[in-house]
Amino acid sequence: MAGMDKMNVKEGVEEETVEAVKSLAGTYKYGWETDIEMEYAPKGLNRDIVRLISEKNEEPEWMTEWRLGAFARWEKMVEPEWAMLDYPEIDFQDQYYYARPKSMEVKPKSLDEVDPKLLATYEKLGIPLKEQMILAGVEGAEDVPAEGRKVAVDAVFDSVSVGTTFQAELKKAGVIFCSISDAIRDHPELVKKYLGSVVPVSDNYYATLNSAVFSDGSFVYIPPNTRCPMELSTYFRINAENTGQFERTLIIADKGSYVSYLEGCTAPQRDTAQLHAAVVEIIVEEDAEVKYSTVQNWFPGDENGKGGIYNFVTKRADCRGDRSKVMWTQVETGSAVTWKYPSCLLRGNESQGEFYSIAITNNHQQADTGTKMVHLGRDTKSRIVSKGISAGVAQNTYRGLVSMHPKAKNSRNFTQCDSLLIGDKCGAHTVPYIEVKNNSSRVEHEATTSKVDEEQMFYCRQRGMDEEEAVALIVNGFAKDVLQALPMEFAMEAQQLVAISLEGSVG
Amino acid sequence: MTTALKSAPKNPPAQISADTLPASGAWATDARADAAGRLADMGLPTRRDEYWKWTKPDSLISAQPDPAEAFDYGSEAPIFDPIDRVKIVFVDGVFDADASDPLDGEGLEIERLADAAARDIHWAKDLYGVLEARGQTPVVRPLAAYNTAMATDGVVIRVTGQVNRPVSIIYRHEDDTSDAVLHHVIRVEEGAKLTLLENGAAAARFSDVTEVDVADGGEFHHIRAQGRCHDRQAITHMFARLAAASVFKSFTMTVNGKLTRNECVLELLGDEGVAHVAGAALGDGADDEFHHDDTVFVTHDAVACESRQVFKKVLKNGAKGVFQGKILVKADAQKTDGYQKSQSLLLDEDASFQAKPELEIYADDVICSHGSTSGAIDEDALFYLRSRGVPPHIATDLLVLAFLADAIEEIEDDVIADEVTARLDGWLARHRG
Repeated sequence: MAGMDKMNVKEGVEEETVEAVKSLAGTYKYGWETDIEMEYAPKGLNRDIVRLISEKNEEPEWMTEWRLGAFARWEKMVEPEWAMLDYPEIDFQDQYYYARPKSMEVKPKSLDEVDPKLLATYEKLGIPLKEQMILAGVEGAEDVPAEGRKVAVDAVFDSVSVGTTFQAELKKAGVIFCSISDAIRDHPELVKKYLGSVVPVSDNYYATLNSAVFSDGSFVYIPPNTRCPMELSTYFRINAENTGQFERTLIIADKGSYVSYLEGCTAPQRDTAQLHAAVVEIIVEEDAEVKYSTVQNWFPGDENGKGGIYNFVTKRADCRGDRSKVMWTQVETGSAVTWKYPSCLLRGNESQGEFYSIAITNNHQQADTGTKMVHLGRDTKSRIVSKGISAGVAQNTYRGLVSMHPKAKNSRNFTQCDSLLIGDKCGAHTVPYIEVKNNSSRVEHEATTSKVDEEQMFYCRQRGMDEEEAVALIVNGFAKDVLQALPMEFAMEAQQLVAISLEGSVG
Repeated sequence: MTTALKSAPKNPPAQISADTLPASGAWATDARADAAGRLADMGLPTRRDEYWKWTKPDSLISAQPDPAEAFDYGSEAPIFDPIDRVKIVFVDGVFDADASDPLDGEGLEIERLADAAARDIHWAKDLYGVLEARGQTPVVRPLAAYNTAMATDGVVIRVTGQVNRPVSIIYRHEDDTSDAVLHHVIRVEEGAKLTLLENGAAAARFSDVTEVDVADGGEFHHIRAQGRCHDRQAITHMFARLAAASVFKSFTMTVNGKLTRNECVLELLGDEGVAHVAGAALGDGADDEFHHDDTVFVTHDAVACESRQVFKKVLKNGAKGVFQGKILVKADAQKTDGYQKSQSLLLDEDASFQAKPELEIYADDVICSHGSTSGAIDEDALFYLRSRGVPPHIATDLLVLAFLADAIEEIEDDVIADEVTARLDGWLARHRG
């Protein structure tokens, strides 16, 4: 981050903030590569490749057909251009769509049989694949009393899942946590019922591509009235060159259940850009609650904008049941290009959706990210808190939709999106769409520090704070809201961000 | 993201050939031909265009306008009647010399566009279609290019001093099937000041483009009253270019009107310029549909400029409101102060509001923000008033006027502001229950 030293930082931006952004984007800690013998499918994409991926995963015929159907649709689709992103055209034929470590050819029966090189990779990433009392190996975690907290991990390496920890213990609780390829084999009835039911095959260009070529990913089923006994986590690692990663995650929270799910991702530092197009589908039944947290730390490209991951992700939660709840929390620091809008379909009456996001772009990074809150049921609630921070020559866009359908009576949305520019060469943009089709619902969209809640301001002023102090207190409280929404494991990593204040922020 | 000019338009316009363009002198003929070329390149709007997703362009681009019966004002005096002003009257888009005042005034040069266009040389050459063409990037506005090519008349005003009497353009509508295309060009010279008033339904379908160029320290104030005649449809464009320390303030009141789209494209090119655009729209969809669209694009391209967008909509009985606002702050436009407010008050379950308040910011030392809200009337406030003996309909009217106050405050002249408030009151009284 040599660039930032020379940068003119505007007066009023706290030194701490600049330092925090610097340290975050300074050097990419996960840029190393695992030297391991790989097996690739031939380069390019056609029906045979789709069949091959299906074969490699030993999938039943219906799954192969599903993929081929998606591929046929994808061929007719056009890559979307509406995002505020500028990147060279992607040659979809110049990619490997399947890469598997040779040692994974025969699927290991337990973690003990996994290639030590792979285990060492995750060890080095701070994600030990051992069943022990762990706080997913996050730096600084040793200072926190573990108190028996456990995290089950599904580790995905390029196109395959390497292993899943704590499966037996989870099974006792009735929870299914495995790779999606295992789920297709072992739980076809659940996969058939739910796969593609939240993000339809033809939803968008990248989701359709994913439907055709996804190689692995995680599957979670929480039975009715079950609180998942531990946090579940998937760690995605891209290692092979010129290889796209297309993972598929399917989470089903049955009636009255609860689960907290964490997602992490890293990739080696390379000169050429790599493609990542994931789909996450979450089904939330009556009275169930799902927390989905991401720290996205794909390689962002070097300071001249060379290399990095092109991250095109479709994430959507369907709150089908009454009083169901979903909470998306994301800390986006990586990727050269981010195109990602975790969304909530609030179908059930009194269902709730929340979206907390901090997106940090530096150097040549570009992020176009936000959320969609689609209110369909009555008395539904949604809350959006988004903080975008731009440095270097990066571009950071919040794009969001809040839609109140005619039947979504007495619903409520509150949106707050703030941006901060560090330096005069970057950009911060806000593109919110608001659609209100009934009058008993209230929608509020705000975007400035000077528009903090007047009652809160009055309260602080009354106690002798000057206006600036009061605003700082309230705004800092807001930023912490996002961070505190993260589970313990991620909060540690995200703590570096707490120092960031949003003084001088722009809508 | 932005709608770039496409080489092959999705919806090509019917061929506009040289002989279909209104006859003009040399400069205007060139300007019209250029505009026709722009239109051919970009094509007519379709529902698939990003900036037309919430407003159907169909009835604005059909060969013939939907018929609209002329509104009978009865004993009601038209708005701005009590104000001393220079009146310029168009009936169904045709200039009415008898009804108009003499086209002059101290510090003012006024001409009809038809006269100015007939000459071979005219100062308006540097503005006519020029500001409109600038306003076509990054978002295309094909109906404005159409207007530049096809406008039959309008006014051309040059302001050289502080003009005290407002210039008032009155658009009368008599013919049920009239299709009026007017284009105005206004140049406010250094330190000069003009207030422009506009009112009336104009025609069954009305296309209006105003290009305003404000020189250093100049001031342009604009107050417009649209609607009253419910059947009429209107598409208006205001393109303004502002020099250093200039002031631009525009307020539009819309009461009814089946379809209205007001586009406003402002460029702040000189330091310390001030640009405010405001609107108050009241719509009742009981008799027929009401659709009102404000599409605003403000570009900050100079240091320490201020921009405000304040748009309020009161909607009932299926009335639809749209707001598409954008502030673009270029990299050199430091110390920008931009604010955008779009709010709607939905008086019943059928009304709807769609908004896209956008910011695109490339400078770091700026204050830019937006607020957008939508909801019903505040029940607590209503209860407060009712518990103090205020009858329900008066309490509702009071709260609606309070809601609109921010927008009305953008009108600097108190007499004009009172005149506007009285009309809003009138609408509320007519649309109770």
